[in-house]
Amino acid sequence: MFARTTRSLRTVSVSTLRARLLSTLTIAEHSNATLNAGTLSAISAARQLGPGPINVLVAGAEADVTSIASQIAQVDGLTKVITVANTAYAKGLPENLAALVAAEVKANSYTHVVASGSAFGRNLLPRVGALLDVQPISDITQVVNESTFVRPIYAGNAIATVHSTDPIKLVTIRASAFAAVELAGASTTIEASTNDPNVPKSSEWISEEITKSERPDLGTAKKVVSGGRGLKDKANFEAVMYPLADALGAAIGASRAAVDAGFCDNSLQVGQTGKVVAPELYLSVGISGAIQHLAGMKDSKTIAAINKDGDAPIFEVADVGLVADLFEAVPELTSKIKA
Amino acid sequence: MSVKSLRILVPVKRVIDYAIKPRVNKTQTGVETTGVKFSINPFCDIAVEEAIRIREGTKGLVENIHVVSAGPTKAQDILRQALAKGADNSTLIETGDKEVEPLSVAKLLQKVIEEDNSNLVILGKQAIDDDSGQTGQILAGLLNWPQATNASKVEFKDDKVFVTREIDGGSETVSASLPMIITTDLRLNEPRYVTLPNIMKAKKKPLKKVKPADLNIDIASRLETIKVEEPAKREAGIKVGTVDELIEKLKASGSL
Repeated sequence: MFARTTRSLRTVSVSTLRARLLSTLTIAEHSNATLNAGTLSAISAARQLGPGPINVLVAGAEADVTSIASQIAQVDGLTKVITVANTAYAKGLPENLAALVAAEVKANSYTHVVASGSAFGRNLLPRVGALLDVQPISDITQVVNESTFVRPIYAGNAIATVHSTDPIKLVTIRASAFAAVELAGASTTIEASTNDPNVPKSSEWISEEITKSERPDLGTAKKVVSGGRGLKDKANFEAVMYPLADALGAAIGASRAAVDAGFCDNSLQVGQTGKVVAPELYLSVGISGAIQHLAGMKDSKTIAAINKDGDAPIFEVADVGLVADLFEAVPELTSKIKA
Repeated sequence: MSVKSLRILVPVKRVIDYAIKPRVNKTQTGVETTGVKFSINPFCDIAVEEAIRIREGTKGLVENIHVVSAGPTKAQDILRQALAKGADNSTLIETGDKEVEPLSVAKLLQKVIEEDNSNLVILGKQAIDDDSGQTGQILAGLLNWPQATNASKVEFKDDKVFVTREIDGGSETVSASLPMIITTDLRLNEPRYVTLPNIMKAKKKPLKKVKPADLNIDIASRLETIKVEEPAKREAGIKVGTVDELIEKLKASGSL
């Protein structure tokens, strides 16, 4: 009788302990042998979930995995860097990766999985949700507690606080809302995983076309100059915006109108359906400021706008606005910054 | 082509019109919907257009285009619109006014796909209300089908589908065999307008109504919305008259 009571007590305490113990798997994103900066913001968000081990999963071709894992191992406060070297994961195909992540979660009973809300994370995590029967939470901007998160909805026109009742929380994070952790100091254990499910390939990676640029990456740049329909054509866009960006050391962004009109590459679009940025300075040139565009930049620290229409909605969010013809004002600005 | 026929399913969602600025309701439970204009989600419109273009471009390969919506009774308006554009038949899964989460929507769609024997599902990459961007990927996971999200180009070659995807920094091309899931990006196409004669014809096309219970799917939410708030307002800015003043102000704010 006494023995049975003790045993049941022990069972209770162990299960309570297990329920409380939080453990997080962060998915590392990398491409072309480079660690994606969003991963460092994802680790930052993982730290905010509460006390508990934080492991980072690095999957890909062997050479990439070795170099990416050794970089991540320098991040302070991680428990383990888990590697899976298999060419099936080299190009981040979600069909293979989701099965791997789900197998890792099941084998190690993670309570949380965190990934950057980039094209990669958004492609992958919902598929993992299907495999684990969990409703994922997209693009969070704040961690309230281990099961409660804040995320923008309606193109950032409303901010929702949601509480997940799922036993596992699958979260993608908005990188601009979480300061990146530093790659320095630590030497976390790197361990190869034995949980590779090796699912057969159902899709094939064919090719990629990456816009080459010497300028800072749009998603993480401290300064962004962004051009819109007011630039009129591609030649103007290049003649006006490129020197300004170079004078400031800024990344180039664009409105949907500019992208649709072919002034620059699609991947430079800032907004609800493009990139969401929050730089120190966002300088908008010839952009009216439609709600879909504002969704992608209104959390910037300082917003400046140059537009000849004094009634443009962009001036409602701009800290400093200059009502002027951009073809005169921008070259003047560029030369005065350089001076 | 080893594929003899395409049976395309296009899920569509009724959302607050993209041009309207949503307002948070007084009780902070959601956004104000009374008296607000609703439309088809823009990405779903692109998905419908793509299905029709595949029919036009593959000469007899497309056997059926089925549009499905999960939502309130009023969602039949967007189904009629899709029928007027060229879809063959439609189904409304009546879920009432409550927002249904992507996981539940995907489970409902899975049932329809199994019943329909669909081999290609084209969805929008995200709904502009909840901005989740999940349903296509969850559905692909449930079905264990390949997925190509954020498509800007879809091509059929031999027995494969080649999809160019918009990714951070550029684009990439992936290929897969049917059955598969494709989600649409803005750049995929420009949706056509519906013409009046086609609207009249669409009234005769099938619109079937089912309930989640008929499909044996529990649509209970996994996420509980605690509150919905207005975003923080930015402080009113100033307008300056010259480039020099602009530079001065930016220097003063520490951003130059």
